[in-house]
Amino acid sequence: MADPLLEIQAVSKSFGALRATDDVSLTLLPGEIHALIGPNGAGKSTLIQQVAGALVPDTGRILFDGRDVTALGTAERAQAGLGRTFQISALAMENSVLQNAVLGAVGASRRVWRFARSVMRDSDVRSHAEAALNRVGLSDVANMRVGELSHGQRRLLEVAVALTLRPKVFLMDEPMAGLGAEGSARMTGFLDGLRSEAPILLVEHDMDAVFALADRISVLVSGRVIATGTPADIRSNAEVRTAYLGEEGLS
Amino acid sequence: MQRETVLNTLVFLALPAVAAIALVLDEPFTITLATRAAILALAAVGLNLALGLGGLVSLGHAVFFGLGGYAMGILASHAQSYAPLDLGLFVIEGTKSMPVIWLTAVVVSALAALLIGLLALRTAGVYFIMITLAFGQMFYYFTISWPAYGGEDGLSIYVRNSFPGLNTLDPIQFFGLVFAVLAIVLFIMGRIERSAFGLALGTARQNAARVETVGLSPFHLRLVAFVISGAVTGLAGALFADLNRFVSPTMFSWQMSGEFIVFIVLGGIGRLFGPVVGACLFVLLEHLLSGVSEFWLIYLGAILLFVVLFARGGVIGALVGRGGHHG
Repeated sequence: MADPLLEIQAVSKSFGALRATDDVSLTLLPGEIHALIGPNGAGKSTLIQQVAGALVPDTGRILFDGRDVTALGTAERAQAGLGRTFQISALAMENSVLQNAVLGAVGASRRVWRFARSVMRDSDVRSHAEAALNRVGLSDVANMRVGELSHGQRRLLEVAVALTLRPKVFLMDEPMAGLGAEGSARMTGFLDGLRSEAPILLVEHDMDAVFALADRISVLVSGRVIATGTPADIRSNAEVRTAYLGEEGLS
Repeated sequence: MQRETVLNTLVFLALPAVAAIALVLDEPFTITLATRAAILALAAVGLNLALGLGGLVSLGHAVFFGLGGYAMGILASHAQSYAPLDLGLFVIEGTKSMPVIWLTAVVVSALAALLIGLLALRTAGVYFIMITLAFGQMFYYFTISWPAYGGEDGLSIYVRNSFPGLNTLDPIQFFGLVFAVLAIVLFIMGRIERSAFGLALGTARQNAARVETVGLSPFHLRLVAFVISGAVTGLAGALFADLNRFVSPTMFSWQMSGEFIVFIVLGGIGRLFGPVVGACLFVLLEHLLSGVSEFWLIYLGAILLFVVLFARGGVIGALVGRGGHHG
């Protein structure tokens, strides 16, 4: 089996008496979508923040592409090849759609310390950004301000900016959140093709999407991973059923 | 955008127009007033990079204004007295040459901005405001209690410093010089706004997490912006001291920092020409209203209140009818 691109090794994080992440280990292999599911308050966000570099684990290590990145910050992990999307869109709302994508291209090409040249006329950076917008189908609204976009379009823009980074690993926090059935189906189709470019660690509440997409699923309950396996394994796992799936009546 | 460009051009040309008319009518005081407006505009143009584009509300930019002023005062006073300046490690001669003084002002204020930025930019919001204010007060009280260069009374320079090929004592020639500096700095600032750095800085203001997620450090972006910003305000300080042929601790006062912010808010936050419009308006109102009443600041306060409440985009925003154009 190929070496994992992302490896979370026995990571724990506590806030006071609350063990938000309790000895979690999981891996992300090349070419796979590994979904992380769990009820509200299970600690998915805390875990994602530690993988992204916004929170430092109390114990344990995070390996990225064979390298220990536990001590690195968000910007350094992004440079190392981690492409993150946010649950609540984190975009420059006053800027145009294209400007947001261009910023991603600027970050990817490390061309930020340029003071004299107009960035929107830099054809390398711009064509790179336009290609990413084209892939998610946002070319038509490239000149609109992000503030004027619909919720679904902002979700797509989040993904487009992550694409401009050409990451080795995608870390996606609820990309389907707030999308309608149609939007959700489109996003599912898009992510399905994306896994061949880079594996995706996917946190998602939409169970239809998770079971349609995931190669493996890990179930997080009260900060612990109670099961990891294929969608079929997870469906038939009695512990998962009682802890989580049963509540939503999924069969 | 189109209307804003027209308005910017008109405002910008109004300054030399006023100076030219004053020259024809032989009213040197009006030329001096236009020069004062241009210098204050320059100081606020510097602050606008940090405040408007970067979202860093610095209440300590008077530090750089004052450092520029004292760079001029100290160098010129040593030239005046023919006493070299002993810096411990080495001894330098004073100078009356503007280019040398400007360079000194820019380097000194950039270094100060680097040190202050390294500390202050680790905080945000109201803490950032308070730390920058605290640095301002430190410099203010230091100059008051430091007798070598006049202390509280300030320091007079008898003859304005020289610029190759110009008679700087002629008000219109000095105005032309100041205006050229302002024009060059505005051009450079316009370029910076549209550059990759400008895009990243503006995004860091709107959403710091976004900048980090594409692999950039908001802290580094803000620090560089703060240094450039401080250097420009320092240059304005050297010119301001030369205009008055006088430097005093009031250049370091927090009221001075406050005035720069007022110019920006008055003209329109985050607009390249906002500080120019604001400074011109301020100098004009100061001139007109102070003739009407010694309590002219009350009227200015009322106008400012009106702008903040009803014209968020400042005077430019009200005339053009759009939000800030960059980010």
